[in-house]
Amino acid sequence: MGIGLTTLLLLAALAPLGFLAYRLGRGKALSAMAAGISMHSRPQQYGWYSVVWMGLPALGVAIAAGLLSLFGVISPARELVLIVSLAIALLGLAQGLRAIRPEVRARNALDGVIRWLLLSAALISIVTTVAIVLSILFEAMRFFREVSVWEFVTGTVWSPGDTFLEAAGRGDEVGENTSFFGSVPLFAGTFMVTAIAMATALPIGLLSAIFMSEYASHRQRGFAKPILEILAGIPTVVYGFFAAITVTPIIVDIAAFFGLDASYSNILSPGIVMGIMIIPFISSLSDDVINSIPQSLRQGAYALGTTKSETIQKVILPAALPGVISAFLLGVSRALGETMIVVMAAGVRPNLTWNPLEDMTTVTVSIVYSLTGDLAFDSPQTLSAFALGLVLFIVTLSLNLVSTYLVRRFKQKYD
Amino acid sequence: METELTNDTATEARQTMTQGVDNDNGPSQKERPEVRMRARDLNLWYGSTQALHDINLDMYSREVTALIGPSGCGKSTFLRCLNRMNDLIPEVRLEGRVELDDEDIYDHSVDVVQLRTHVGMVFQKPNPFPKSIYENIAYAPRLHGTGTSRAELDALVESSLKRAGLWNEVADRLDTPGTELSGGQQQRLCIARAIAVNPEVILMDEPASALDPLATATVEELIHELKDNYTIVIVTHNLQQAARVAGYTAFFHMGKIVEFSDTDTLFTNPTEQRTEDYITGRFG
Amino acid sequence: MSTTQSRLTGSANDPRIKARYRKEKRFKAYTIAALFTAFAIIVAFFTDIISQGYTAFWRAEVNVTLDYNERAERIGRFALAEDMRDIASRGAVRSIPLEIKNNPELAGTTRQTWVPAYSRIDQYLKGREELPPELARQVDAMVEAGTIRSSFNWAFFTSGDSKLPELAGIFSAAVGSVLVLFVTLVFAFPIGVMSAIYLEEFAPDNKLTQAIEVNINNLAAVPSIIFGLLGLAVFIGTFGVPRSSALVGGLTLGLMTLPIIIISTRAALRAVPDPIRLGAFAMGCSRWQVVRDHVLPLSLPGILTGTIIGLAQAMGETAPLIIVGMIAYIPDAPSSIFESATVLPAQVFTWASEPRKAFVEKTAAGIIVLLAILLTLNATAVFLRRKFERRW
Repeated sequence: MGIGLTTLLLLAALAPLGFLAYRLGRGKALSAMAAGISMHSRPQQYGWYSVVWMGLPALGVAIAAGLLSLFGVISPARELVLIVSLAIALLGLAQGLRAIRPEVRARNALDGVIRWLLLSAALISIVTTVAIVLSILFEAMRFFREVSVWEFVTGTVWSPGDTFLEAAGRGDEVGENTSFFGSVPLFAGTFMVTAIAMATALPIGLLSAIFMSEYASHRQRGFAKPILEILAGIPTVVYGFFAAITVTPIIVDIAAFFGLDASYSNILSPGIVMGIMIIPFISSLSDDVINSIPQSLRQGAYALGTTKSETIQKVILPAALPGVISAFLLGVSRALGETMIVVMAAGVRPNLTWNPLEDMTTVTVSIVYSLTGDLAFDSPQTLSAFALGLVLFIVTLSLNLVSTYLVRRFKQKYD
Repeated sequence: METELTNDTATEARQTMTQGVDNDNGPSQKERPEVRMRARDLNLWYGSTQALHDINLDMYSREVTALIGPSGCGKSTFLRCLNRMNDLIPEVRLEGRVELDDEDIYDHSVDVVQLRTHVGMVFQKPNPFPKSIYENIAYAPRLHGTGTSRAELDALVESSLKRAGLWNEVADRLDTPGTELSGGQQQRLCIARAIAVNPEVILMDEPASALDPLATATVEELIHELKDNYTIVIVTHNLQQAARVAGYTAFFHMGKIVEFSDTDTLFTNPTEQRTEDYITGRFG
Repeated sequence: MSTTQSRLTGSANDPRIKARYRKEKRFKAYTIAALFTAFAIIVAFFTDIISQGYTAFWRAEVNVTLDYNERAERIGRFALAEDMRDIASRGAVRSIPLEIKNNPELAGTTRQTWVPAYSRIDQYLKGREELPPELARQVDAMVEAGTIRSSFNWAFFTSGDSKLPELAGIFSAAVGSVLVLFVTLVFAFPIGVMSAIYLEEFAPDNKLTQAIEVNINNLAAVPSIIFGLLGLAVFIGTFGVPRSSALVGGLTLGLMTLPIIIISTRAALRAVPDPIRLGAFAMGCSRWQVVRDHVLPLSLPGILTGTIIGLAQAMGETAPLIIVGMIAYIPDAPSSIFESATVLPAQVFTWASEPRKAFVEKTAAGIIVLLAILLTLNATAVFLRRKFERRW
């Protein structure tokens, strides 16, 4: 019996039992009330009370058994778990009905159960984070058992490709030590594309935000803001297509005009397009920050006889700096983790260069290419994706933490 | 000055009151009334600041007790202790007893939710639910199972609205949202809503302070009528209002009860200098 | 008199003041230029995509005589006259042997019908590709004679992926998207709303609550590809959910959408004013009854708006789905969440990696459809917000 089928069977059996429990519980409370006994809670609440008594212990046992077998502590037969759970459901039903007495606070008990249900839903986010960390860490550890951390961090050659032959059982044809996992070129590419993206997004985003918050009329602002937001709603795969099909040829043509030789998977094109994608993040966050700077600061500056641009440059921007930095960091974090644009428009050749017209590859591209195709799940190439993912996760998480810290400090200052 | 005031003052105040009642020669000619709610040595802290100091107060059955005093004196805080609305604020700590018919409402066995069906509340700003007038009133009885059939609810809605003096104004539009009524009507709807639960005590937190004078008069009239059936505790900023509606008045200052007596005595012949200063408008 | 004037206005001749005003103008011009650059990019972007893609909604069809002869019983192409074999789509006659097998009475008959043209012919007629001169002349003549026509490409919406560009459509990807979003919604909506209710209405202000809040905010900023790694390691690796299935894709996107739904639901709950809660508490509602009867109904429009925005974001997501294998070649629409499926953006990605030029048009058309759906979803969200926005 599969785990899915067992779950389905269990739920299928519990559903009618739940209905029965509700009817019986409510019935008991109703007949008590008809006999003139004053009950603490409403009859429906006693009905639900019996349902909880019936279902909760049974589900608890089933989930506990599932977790135990998942982590390999013990693995009871699924049929056994099913039968035990149902038996407990019946016992719970009997106990729940027996427990219905006038002084029992069914409503309070139900409120408690609901509270716990809501809390466990909220805990799912923590579980997700823990799962991300554990699963990625676990696979990354397996990778580092085969490849030294030192090589991964400092190596300048990334060529996992030959392990493909090993996986295909032809490892002897390539000999020893032909796959290299030096991640420096990948991070260089990621750094390059991020730098280009931010160089595009920061001036456009910040200046647009300044226009919208300081110069624009109410109507202009109400018109410009949503239009910029459109950029944030475009799927990254669309940006990738735009970069690969439209921007890259233009860049190659322009480069050729200046007598330069640009690759058709140059890193400049995905960088610029990624910058376009990030414009709305920078503009809307900066706009918020600039708007939350108190009017008194501006008035103080005007009273000294400064022009508008002087006020902006000398007073408002310095005051808004933490917020702008925070927006910048969030943008960087976006750019580092962006995948589709680089997968579609950047190269796959790890390349250590300063020339943005050459092709480079990035961390996210390597992750995608190590995990697509029919690779064995435990080959070093597959596992390398998790090592790269781990670094990516740590870096973006730190950026985000710093950014929220800056924003919070900024808000405290001006609220 | 204030720091000297402790338990003794409150006890004194109570004695004053008792005397006042014993030698009652005012117009009301009341029997010594039955106590419905009673606070005993009540202390309350918000975090580390103490908001109420040794409050002792009796609230009489079928009487209006007014709580007066300058802003921040703790009268609203005290009012919220009476149906444990302060439970909703984290960091509130409380010592002492509050009794409803000799039962401590802070006893751990007390079901707060049920307590609030016995001790209803009307707020400063009218807060009708954004539902129809009918639903505003029928909601709680349906929830508590005191009215189940449509006919029962219809009757309850009508009687509650009549008691709140709103029936004639809204009888033909029970389906319109309660939020579309005027301020005074909204407040009377909130009173009707509270009545529909059939409480014994109704707490009112400055119920007329957000209303215009005309609406205030209507609400005051209503309070006066409700007194025959309910125990009412009302917080008010408006001394004239206290004088008009309340049989008994407690003067709060700095989280303490400075003086408590029947309203006439408190306003015409206060025993404490501070009470006199306050009612004559020298501070507050 | 003149001195008073110069004190207030005459300084226009002061070179320092002039320089300052020039700087002022220049700065303002920069900000306007930045905004217009952004606008220009948006216009260029949409013009580019639409001009590349709109032609895919029409396709060339060619009138042929199908001859159900003996050779066609084995290879469908032989049903076509010889000069049509380079003009009609190979895919259109692929099923002729099966047709004959199922209806033996067809054998030996002939039939005139319109079939899709070979993609290169189609591209030639749209002016995107060159043909050998002889073939081009033949096609031109057929257009002249009316045996090649252009008609609306319904097949683009009703058929799945194909290796032949003239037959490829978005249907199976669209079905995949619907299934994935269904799973995402069923998973993320209840859990997200419940978490938000807990945090906003129930949670005490303690370390655990703060930990959950920090967590949710950070989850919202984790790169989507990391969620793909999680889905691969946990859902596929540990729980054995079938790879490439709508189930694993939906769950992965569900985890990603969860923080969005939680954050927007919390904002919607917070917008319900406290007097409503106090009023309900004062009449003896338990906390849950307050939430169920008063707070939730009032915040529902806000919650739905947030959910739609979250789903729109999930719908455009590709990277995590590639990691969990949802870029398989799926010609037929999946019929359950356990079957291999692909989604619209993944289909766009697969087509974009096709070297054949005819697929560029398909890719852009797929993008147009995707953007149209996303725009509609977001517009719905804005509409909902406007319609039910309540001022307190």
